[in-house]
Order: sequence, then C-alpha cells, then structure tokens
Amino acid sequence: MTSHAPKLPDGLVIVVKRDCATCQMVEPLLSLIAASTNLTVYTQDDPTFPESVPAIHDSDLRVSWHHSIDTVPTLITVVNGQETDRTFGWSRADWQRLTGLDDLGEDLPIMRPGCGSMSVDPDRVDALRVAFTDTPIISRHVELSSAEDEFEAMYARGWTDGLPVIPPTPERVLRMLTGTTRAPQDVVAIAPPDLVELTVEKIAINAVMAGCLPEYLPWVIAALEAVCTDTFNMHGVLATTMPVGPVIICNGPGTRAIGMNSGINALGQGNRANNTIGRAVQLTIRNVGGGRPGEVDRATHGNPGKISFCFAEDELGSPFTSLATERGIALGQNAVTVFAGEGPRCVVDQLARTADELTNSLVACLQTVHHPKLVIGFDAILIISPDHGRLFAQEGWTREQLITQLIERSHTPGEQLVRGASGIAEGIPPHLRDATLPKFRPGGILLTFAGGGAGLFSSIVAGWANSAIGSDPVTRVVGS
Amino acid sequence: MTSAGLIILDPTNESVPATRQLLSRPRDVAGLTVGLLDISKPRGNVFLDRVEELLIGRGAKVLRFSKPTFTKPAPVDMRHEIAMNCNLVIEALAD
Repeated sequence: MTSHAPKLPDGLVIVVKRDCATCQMVEPLLSLIAASTNLTVYTQDDPTFPESVPAIHDSDLRVSWHHSIDTVPTLITVVNGQETDRTFGWSRADWQRLTGLDDLGEDLPIMRPGCGSMSVDPDRVDALRVAFTDTPIISRHVELSSAEDEFEAMYARGWTDGLPVIPPTPERVLRMLTGTTRAPQDVVAIAPPDLVELTVEKIAINAVMAGCLPEYLPWVIAALEAVCTDTFNMHGVLATTMPVGPVIICNGPGTRAIGMNSGINALGQGNRANNTIGRAVQLTIRNVGGGRPGEVDRATHGNPGKISFCFAEDELGSPFTSLATERGIALGQNAVTVFAGEGPRCVVDQLARTADELTNSLVACLQTVHHPKLVIGFDAILIISPDHGRLFAQEGWTREQLITQLIERSHTPGEQLVRGASGIAEGIPPHLRDATLPKFRPGGILLTFAGGGAGLFSSIVAGWANSAIGSDPVTRVVGS
Repeated sequence: MTSAGLIILDPTNESVPATRQLLSRPRDVAGLTVGLLDISKPRGNVFLDRVEELLIGRGAKVLRFSKPTFTKPAPVDMRHEIAMNCNLVIEALAD
C-alpha cells in the first residue's frame, strides 16, 4: 500500500471486474457475504457488475493501484482502516476463513485462479504509475510541438550521442525507476566535468534514452558511481586527447540474469544489456555531466567504444578466478569494473599448443600497447578467449601465474627503449638506459575471460595514463 | 503514435551557467602580480620560464603554481590561492 492510498472501509472489501470468469463465478456469493458483514465492492470495468450488491466503480483504478491489486477477485479484511488479511482468486478455504461463513461456496470448486487486475494491465500500468506515484519526478517537462519529430528534436537539443535515443517520457522514466530501490532524488555522485549532483532520476532518464530495461538500471548506477570518482578521473578521461573512454566489465550472477553477453561477439553489437548499459553511462556523462566532444572532450580520434563499451566476464567458462574476485568482491556478488580504455585489438596465435608459447605471444602483442618503447605508464585489459583459455586450463595455470609471467617476460633493456633507439624518437628518458623495465606496473594487467567458443584469439584493450597522474580502474558492487 | 504534444523529461543537469563580465585588460603589467599556472605537462616549464623572464622585464611580479597532474582540474585551494594573490593569471599548455 502506498502512502497516499485511499482508505478502505472496515469490514470486507472485494475488488472484481465483469471480464473475469472467476469474478462471475463468485458473484452469487456476494449477497450472502453482504448479509453477514459490512461488504464493500469495487468494480474495475463495468459499474453495473455485480448486480446482486451495490458496487463502487474504481473508474480510474486508484483504489486498485494503491492497494496493489494484482488479481481479481481480491478479498481483503480491513480492521480500523488497516488491511489485516487478503486472498485472491477463489480459494474456498480462504474465503470461508475471511468471511467467517463456514459453508460459503460449498457448491463451487475448491479453488480457481483469478484474472489479471486492470491496474497491472501492461497497457495501463505506466500511465497509472505517472498518475499515482508517491515519488514524483522533478526534471523539467519539455513539451514538444506537434510539428516536431521527437527524434529530430532530441538530436537538435544536443542530447544524443549521434544515434537516435528513446524519448524519455514520464511513463518510461517511472518504469525505469522500478528497476532500483533507490529514491529518484538520491544523489549517486558528483558528475564531471560540470561537477553537478547526479541523481537516480537523471540516470533513469538517460537510461531510457539509451534503450535500457529497468533491470539494467542498478548496473548503470554502479558504473556511474565508479567513473565519477577521483580515482577513475572521468574529467581527465574526457579531456585527454587520447582515444579512451570508460570500458565496463560486469561480473556476478546478475550478468546472466539480465542476459548480458560474455560469449560470441561479447565486445560487439547485438546484445541489449551490453550495449545500452555502456551507452547510458556515456549519455549521462554527456547530458548531466556536460562532457561533450569538442568541448571538454578533446580526443584526437576517439574510438567507437565511446558510444558504449560494456561486456560481461564469462565466469562459468573461465579457467581463472574472476576479475571481480581479484579486485576484492565476494563470490556471488554483482560488480562492475571501469577502466579508461581504447578500442580492442586482436591477438592472433593459432599455433601455440602450450601455455608457455601462448604467454610469449601475448607478451609480444602487449608490448605494442600505445608504443613498444613506452613502458609502465599504461595499463591494459587482456581478454582471454575460450580457445586460448584452454591452453592455460590444461596446464593448471592460475590468474596470478599468468599475470606474473606476462609482466616478468615483458622486461626490456632500457637501451632498446630510450629515446632515439631503433631510429625512433619516442621512448623513455635517457637516464633509464641502464635499467631493465617491465611493460606494465604491478596490477597493470586486468585479466578477464570472454568470447565465443571458436577462435584462437585473445583481445587487448589499452589504457590511458595510469596511477594518480591519470586513471586507475575502479570496481563497485552493483546495488539494488 | 502521434508526437503531438509529447512530453519528455530533460536529461540534462538543467543548470544555467553564471555569466560574468571579463575584467578590462590592464594597460601594462608593471607593478601587477602575475600567476603562472603550470599544468604539469612535459616542457611546460620551459615555456613558462621564458614568459616569467619577459614579465619581470616589464616590471611584473611573478608567482609560479603547478597543478599536481595535468589530467585533473586545479585543486580548489590552488585556485583560491591564485585568486587571492594575483592580479592576472596565465595557464599554460605544453607539448
């Protein structure tokens, strides 16, 4: 029951509709009940039904909505204005108990299910939520003129990422908000670059525009909590001329519950959850944070993943512990890890037959992250595929073992890396000539597992300036 | 579905930036304190060293500031310090 619910009268209350065979079946009983107790009947569709007793027409479904009537008939006991008991559909034992009439409906079946309440009719429920919700949305209402095409209007207002967005009507936004237990005006984070309070409501609006389902909303919220931290440094990720954006890796059983893709084409198109969660994060940063290309976003090239880059780890197929576990999340919890990354690149090795051989290949490819002569300053995500993962599984390699070997084998003599070496001006400063340096700092490789069951390939996503200078990955638990 | 009168919710932060009038340019810098904010990109100091020389040569007093990292906005305290102590500020890029 919601706080603004119309009060039910004491006694018994029954909610029915004519367009329900069970309601019609119990109709002869209503006059018997009315004779023994104070009975109030609400009828949803036809004010002349039932004919045997007077009924109140719940024409706008206000009573049904506020008292959470999912099924008709619903029979409710009300004492001192408070509901104390209810049953729905026809259950002879329950009806006899609530009415106190021991022989009620003896000629009827023991039980019969009811019908859907009009207040939960999919065609009506969104409008009812707008009409009756206790937690109204406060964002400015924009009324488009009849001459405007809504898709063109939203593009013209600068609200899109260049692709069409779903119009965020109050009905759709309130439906989106059912995906979270958080109040619409809860402040999730301070959104860069404009440093404004980011509310659940504003996230929900942008999630609608991105095409999310309500069950994705907690993932979008968690990802935004993660990117709007000083550690992730979304301001810098926007402002940099490098081609990075937030890459979102999702973990936990919830990834499967919302149908995320961790298999074939996991990093690509086609999966609604993968693509719209990442898109909602970026639309929110654009619209609420104010981070727009050509303004604070100064990327030289950018990358297509800045529209959306979000995927799930294939935890069930992985030979390794999950990325989230590695980052301190308890097994079975849902979590997102955000990483400032560019687009993925493929590692081809179709000939390695041992973990050792494949590790050497991965190292050779990882060395190219941003520049073969630049080391330590950039992290990378390494996405191992099932076919490549099998080589590590068959030799029992652990996550720690693989990462240790990757970093160990990535050491390069400074003389090959210094500025000018190999006829390449770019490189490390001359004073490091005598050092031997790894490609990655400790923790600089985020190992994860995803991809289709065929293909001796893995994938690398290069990062941005790491550590306190730039961005560190951030992991957050996904709430409710 | 017709789009006539469709109501949609504003996805932006709905804030209106404050508009402020720029201060008038000083006729010269003699006697003024000029803050030089190094954003901490490589070789930004080379540029600012030369700017400092030129400013001092014109009678300005120069204060130097450095952001902790070029990837983040200058800390609030640093912005406040510049505002309190300088008449002018030059923020330098690099590369």
